Amino acid sequence: MEHIPLNFPFLAAALLVAISFYIIIFKKNLIKLIMGIAMLASGVNLFLVSLGYRAGGTAPIYTDVPEGPMVLAVPQALTLTSIVINVAVLALMLTMVIQIHRHTGSLDSEESRKMKG
Amino acid sequence: MLSKIVRTVANQLTLFIVVFGLYVIAHGHITPGGGFQGGAVIVSGVILLLVAFGSQELKKSLPERVLSIVESSGAVLFAILAFAGIGTAFFYNFLVGTPIFGGVPEPGPGAGDIWTGGVIPLMNFAVGLKVIAGLSAVVLAIALFSSGEEVEE
Amino acid sequence: MDTLITHSSILIIGILLLAAFLTPLVGRVSERARNILVIGSLAFAAALVFALARDISFNGIHVYALGASSPGLATPEGFMVPVRIVLEVDGMSILMGIIWSIVALAATVFSLSHMSKETGQTRFYTLVLLMVAGGFGMMFTGDLFNLFVFLEITSISGAALIASRTRFADTQEGGFKYIVISSVASLMVLFAIGVLYSQYNLLNVGALAQAMQYTMLDRMALVILIAAFAMKLGAVPVHMWLSDAYSVAPVSVTVLLIAASQSCMYALMRTCFTLYGVTADLTAVGWIIIVSGILSMFIGVTMAIRQTDITRLIAYNCICESGFMLVGIGVGLAVLADPGALAAYGTTAISGAIFHMINHALFEGLLFLAAGAIFYRIGTRDLNQMGGLGHTMKFTAVFFLLGALASSGIPPFNGFASKILIYESVYQFSPILTIIGIFVSIITLAVFIKVFFSAFAGAPLPRYKDVKEVPRTMIAAMAVLAVMIILFGLFPGLITDWIIRPATDALLDQAAYINAIVGAIP
Repeated sequence: MEHIPLNFPFLAAALLVAISFYIIIFKKNLIKLIMGIAMLASGVNLFLVSLGYRAGGTAPIYTDVPEGPMVLAVPQALTLTSIVINVAVLALMLTMVIQIHRHTGSLDSEESRKMKG
Repeated sequence: MLSKIVRTVANQLTLFIVVFGLYVIAHGHITPGGGFQGGAVIVSGVILLLVAFGSQELKKSLPERVLSIVESSGAVLFAILAFAGIGTAFFYNFLVGTPIFGGVPEPGPGAGDIWTGGVIPLMNFAVGLKVIAGLSAVVLAIALFSSGEEVEE
Repeated sequence: MDTLITHSSILIIGILLLAAFLTPLVGRVSERARNILVIGSLAFAAALVFALARDISFNGIHVYALGASSPGLATPEGFMVPVRIVLEVDGMSILMGIIWSIVALAATVFSLSHMSKETGQTRFYTLVLLMVAGGFGMMFTGDLFNLFVFLEITSISGAALIASRTRFADTQEGGFKYIVISSVASLMVLFAIGVLYSQYNLLNVGALAQAMQYTMLDRMALVILIAAFAMKLGAVPVHMWLSDAYSVAPVSVTVLLIAASQSCMYALMRTCFTLYGVTADLTAVGWIIIVSGILSMFIGVTMAIRQTDITRLIAYNCICESGFMLVGIGVGLAVLADPGALAAYGTTAISGAIFHMINHALFEGLLFLAAGAIFYRIGTRDLNQMGGLGHTMKFTAVFFLLGALASSGIPPFNGFASKILIYESVYQFSPILTIIGIFVSIITLAVFIKVFFSAFAGAPLPRYKDVKEVPRTMIAAMAVLAVMIILFGLFPGLITDWIIRPATDALLDQAAYINAIVGAIP
C-alpha cells in the first residue's frame, strides 16, 4: 500500500463527480441521467469515507480490535445516512421515469418535454 | 416464473438470507450493521423470491395492506422509543442501567456484549421492520408496474 | 407549562413526525379521524411555535441538545466541543417557523376540499406532514449535517407531492425536474459539509463559526454552499425547474413548496451571516448575489408576460419576487464589514428582505390558492379559455386582485411596505438597482392586470354559466391569508418593530449565536 499516493481516493472521487456532472448536463436519455446522479452520490460518498482515513488505522469497531489508531467514525455515519437517502431518491426518480414512459412512450428528454417556454 | 430448479433453490436460500439479515440487525451496536443494513439484506432475499416466482405470485404472499401496516408500526415504534425519554431529553437513552439491554461496557477494545447499548438495539429492530416493509413494497410496486398492471392508488 | 416550553423545539418536529407515521394506520380506519389528526397536529405545532416565539423574545436564544442528560447541555462533561445534535432557535429561525406554520395550516385546510375528489389522500397527507416536519427541522437546527438531512426530507416529500396526480404526464415531468435539481444541490451541500468537517472536525454551526479561519478550502465550501442553496431557491441562472414544478403541482403543494424554498433562502442567510460572518470578506459574495437577484427580477417578469398558463405565470412572478429578496440580502452582505454603512442602510436592506420573505409567502400563496380555486371549478389552467368568471366567483376574484396588487407593491398592501424598505436602502448603496426594481414592479402590475381582465372580467362565457363559488374551507384558507396581507400592509411599523427587527438583529449577531452553544453551562 505504500506506493499508492495518499490522495488517490480523493482523485478518484473528483473524477467520479466530474464525469457525473458531464452525464447530467449533456446526456439525453432519462435513465442515463439517473445513472449520472447515482454516480454523483457514489463520488460524494467515496469522498466522505476517504477523508476519515488515518495512516495505519483500523476499522472503528471496538469488538476484538487490534492495537493502533482508528480511522474516524463520524464520516462513516454521514456516508451511511447519505446512502439511505440516495436509495429513496433513486427509487422515486425511477418511479417518475416509469410514469413518464407510460404516458409519452419515450425516454428521450427532448421528446418527453411537454412544457416549453 | 422461472424453472422448478430455480424456485426450489430460492425457497431454500431465503431462510439463510433472512437469518443472516436478522443477525446483522440484532448485532448492530457491536459489529458493523444495524437497522438499514440488515433490512437491505432481507430485501435482497425478497428480490430473489421476486425474480424466481414472478410478481403476481409474490403479490399473494405480500399483500399491500400487510406491508403498509408493518411499515407504519415500525416507524411508530421508533418514534415512541424516541419520545419515551422525554422526561430528560428527546432521544435520551433511558434503558442504560436497567436489565433490558442496559449493560455499560468498559471503554476500549474487548469482546462485544450484546446486552449493552440501551435503547439502540430496539431502535435497530424498529428501523429494520420499516426498511423491510418499505423496500419490499417499492420493489414489488415497480415489478408489478413494469409487467403492465395498473396499481391501485 | 415550563417543561413544554423547554422541549418545544423538538416537540414541534417530533409530534409532526409521529403524526406522519400514524396517518397511514389511522387512514385505514376512517377518513374523518385522519383529517382530524392532520389538522390537529398542525394546529398543535403552530400553537407551540407561537409559545416558543414569546419565550425567545423574553429569554434569548433557545438551545436543545438531543439525548443529553439535560436539554441545555450542548457540550457534555469531559468533551471540549459539542458532540450532540443541537437545535438552536433564535429570532430569525422562529420567524421562519411562524411563517411556515401559518402557511402549512392554510394550505392543508385548503386541500381538505381541493383534494376531496382524488384517490390516495392518505398518502398525500402523510407526505404533507413529513414535508412540514422537514421544513421545521431545517429552520430550527444548529447542526450542518442535520440541515442536510432535513433538506433532503423536504425535497423528497415535495417531489413526491408534485407527482402525486399520476394521471397527467406533465406532473411527472415537473416532479422529475424538481427531484433531479434537489438531489444534485443536496449532494453538493454534503460535499461542502465534508470539506468543512475535514478541516475542523466539527459539524455544529456555532462551534464552526468560532473555529473558522478563512482558508482556501473554506472559500471553496462557501461557494459550493451558496451555489447549492441558490439552485434550491430558484435564483437565476438555475431557475429552470421552478416554473415547471410550481405550475403542475396541486396548489396547496405549491404553497408549501414556496415556503420550503424560503427556508432554503434562510439556510443561505444562515451560512453567509452566521457560519462565515465577519471573519470573511463577503463584498464579492454580496455583489454576486445582487447580480443574481437583478437577473431573477428581469427574467422572471419578462417570461411572465408571454405565459398563457395561469399557474406558470404566477411561478415566474415568484422568481421575480425572489430577486427582490436576493438584492436585499446581497446589499446587506456587501456592507457587512463596514459598521457605518451597515447601521445606515445595511440593516434596513436585510430587514426589507426578511419582511419580503413573509409577504412573498402570503401573497404568492393567495395567488396560487385563487388559481387553484379556478382550476377546481373549470378544470383548465389556460388563460385563453377563461373569461368572465368574476360574475359568479366573486370571492376568488377579490382575493386574486388582492394578491396581484400586493405583489406589485401597491399601497396599502404588504408588498408596498417591504418593497419600500428595499428601495430606500438599496438606493443608498447604488441608485441603479432601485430604478430597476421600480421598473420591474410596474411591469408586474401590467402582467397581473392582463391576467385579471382575461380571467375574471369581461362578458361571461356560455360554457361557464353553471360555475359556482368554491367550498367554504377554500374560502376560509384564502381569507386567512388575505386578512394577514391587509393587516401587514396597514400596520407595517408594528410588524417591523415587533417581529422583523429582532429577527434582523438575531441574524447579524453572530457572537450571541456562538455564545449560546460554546459558552452554555447550565
